[in-house]
Amino acid sequence: MTERLDTGRRAGGAESAPDTAGRGGPGGGRGGPGRGLGRLTGHPVLLAGALAVALWAVAALISPGFASYPQVLNLLTVSAFLGVIAIGQTIVILSGGEGIDLSVGAVATLAAIVASRVMEGSNANLVQGILFALVAAACVGLVNGVGITFFRVPPLVMTLGMIGVVQGAIRLYTGGQPKGSVAPALRELVAGNTVLGIPGVLWLWLGLILGVLWLLRRTTFGWRVYAMGAGRRTAYLSGVRVRRMVLGVYTLSSVFAGVGGLLLLGYTQSVFLRLADGYMLPSIAAVVVGGTALVGGVGGYLGTAVGAVLLTVLGSFLDILQIGESGSDAPRQIIYGAVLLAVLSVYGRGRRLRS
Amino acid sequence: MTRPSALSAGPLRPLLGARMPTVATAVLLVATVAASAVLQDGFFTPYGLTSNFAAVLPVAIVTVGQVIVVLGGGIDLSIGTIVTLSSVVTVQLVAGQPDRLPLALGAGLLVGVGCGLVNGLAVAVVRLQPIVATFASSFVFAGLALLILPTPGGEVPSLVTLGYRQVIARAIPVPAVLLLLLWLAWRAVLAHRFGRHVYAVGGNEGAAYASAVPVTAVRLLSYVAGGTFAALAGFALLANSGSGDPFLGNSLTLTSIAALVIGGTRLSGGAGGAGGAIVGAVVLVLIQSLVFFARVPTTARELVTGAIIIVAIALAGLLTARGRGAGP
Repeated sequence: MTERLDTGRRAGGAESAPDTAGRGGPGGGRGGPGRGLGRLTGHPVLLAGALAVALWAVAALISPGFASYPQVLNLLTVSAFLGVIAIGQTIVILSGGEGIDLSVGAVATLAAIVASRVMEGSNANLVQGILFALVAAACVGLVNGVGITFFRVPPLVMTLGMIGVVQGAIRLYTGGQPKGSVAPALRELVAGNTVLGIPGVLWLWLGLILGVLWLLRRTTFGWRVYAMGAGRRTAYLSGVRVRRMVLGVYTLSSVFAGVGGLLLLGYTQSVFLRLADGYMLPSIAAVVVGGTALVGGVGGYLGTAVGAVLLTVLGSFLDILQIGESGSDAPRQIIYGAVLLAVLSVYGRGRRLRS
Repeated sequence: MTRPSALSAGPLRPLLGARMPTVATAVLLVATVAASAVLQDGFFTPYGLTSNFAAVLPVAIVTVGQVIVVLGGGIDLSIGTIVTLSSVVTVQLVAGQPDRLPLALGAGLLVGVGCGLVNGLAVAVVRLQPIVATFASSFVFAGLALLILPTPGGEVPSLVTLGYRQVIARAIPVPAVLLLLLWLAWRAVLAHRFGRHVYAVGGNEGAAYASAVPVTAVRLLSYVAGGTFAALAGFALLANSGSGDPFLGNSLTLTSIAALVIGGTRLSGGAGGAGGAIVGAVVLVLIQSLVFFARVPTTARELVTGAIIIVAIALAGLLTARGRGAGP
């Protein structure tokens, strides 16, 4: 099984970092196997993790409160929303065929708005609310899949167009003013303390991480996703029903975005029309920072989860620097972009044409 | 796979050589123009045409910039923020005085070139993936725009705003003339060696490299061209609106991608052209105003617009995928 997977991926970009390290040799990445940094750049998961910890350490030096236990928990909690929304993004990108889902942010918002309206602040409507929200999300994903498979619209454009449709649907559904409120049980589930003050959402995220790792690495579905990413035609000729898989992958992406929206609803406890729209491009950045190649077939969810933490640490690091005290967001944005470019240029680089 | 051979030899050859927009694009153009003529009062009067062309021009210019980048095998998710940044710089420098116009326009253009250079270096030289690299740089550009002009304001000389809406000889609106100039500029790019190189790089990077095409330089230049066109679009937006806004052009990134796909340009690079993209921009802008004029209820307007655009894209995509052409 491992052999089959390895042939479908480029050496060094794999999630199974320890395997590659054990074999040494070709897995050394661009920098050559000998040097420390070179070896690290071959393992994006480790690199992203190391960067996140380093950034966190620097932040803790500047502002000691950053290192406190509650603050660390808070950082991870905020990462969880991006992490969950990026699950579907990871699967879509892994499945190749220029796969990308720009509609995740809008879908997450849609799910939160539907759930809050159905729940109306009562636990009795909890299950109903979650169900309605996820069905609404799944419908969007299905439409994405149909457009991409049957009308051959490029995924970037299809999901881009769906943003407008979903936002329009939200406006029609709410009349511009979201109604209802979150059920207390959902709030408790997301933000309530469990052991050692760890909020419930972190356990949920941990469960989802394990579940998705299992899904991608140990099930036929996962193997098929990697096979499609390595080459659609080869996958088709090997008996993968590509069209059906594409439909499934995009539906799954929207459902996970919906789950992310529900968690976000439990955390913020109120909805507004653009609640999760800002997660669209960060979810892609998290996937890429985590070492998944945009061409598909290479990478995995563990990297994305670490990437989500890295991006969140970066964001709050810039918050504590308190640049632009006049309340302007501008310097923070500029540095965020510049740092993202710097991080990407460490290892997110393509190959030389000559090679 | 490529063009129908029966047509390529006949009298239609020059027409095909000029990279006419696909059939679907033409159908969409006819449909939207016809619907606008029916629903929009005075669509064909000089005033109606002027206001429509005035709205189309900025979108069309950005789309042409995006087309050059996409043809070269890249994508620019920061192009809307470049529009914003250069327009903000221009409006702050001009400060409502016509005599400062050359300075302000020059500076705005330089900003566009500079932003394109940053993107080009990140993608072509550092070899980052275009989607994430330009996404990251869009934060930088949007932040800079907010620094330079924190709140909407600034004044464009009335000379510019009035001139933009002039009608020449009672029939030809100035923005329409500018749109024609835009198309001629594209033809000039195409006639130059650079134009052919862009198609070669976007079509097959490896083959282009093997054929001694300077791939890195071409990719870099395609982003610089994208940034330059973005700056020009910023000027058009300023002339149309009359004042600056730190979010003025940000939404144009997504609009430009939708317009070029409707216009039949292949998103993976190497096939397509600006002629179709300009038509795509016209179609998109007309769809938006059509929904307004068709008296669709306010709350449903966004949904209807979004749905029509999706259908248009699907229609264009369906026909483009079949008749996939090669270069110019």
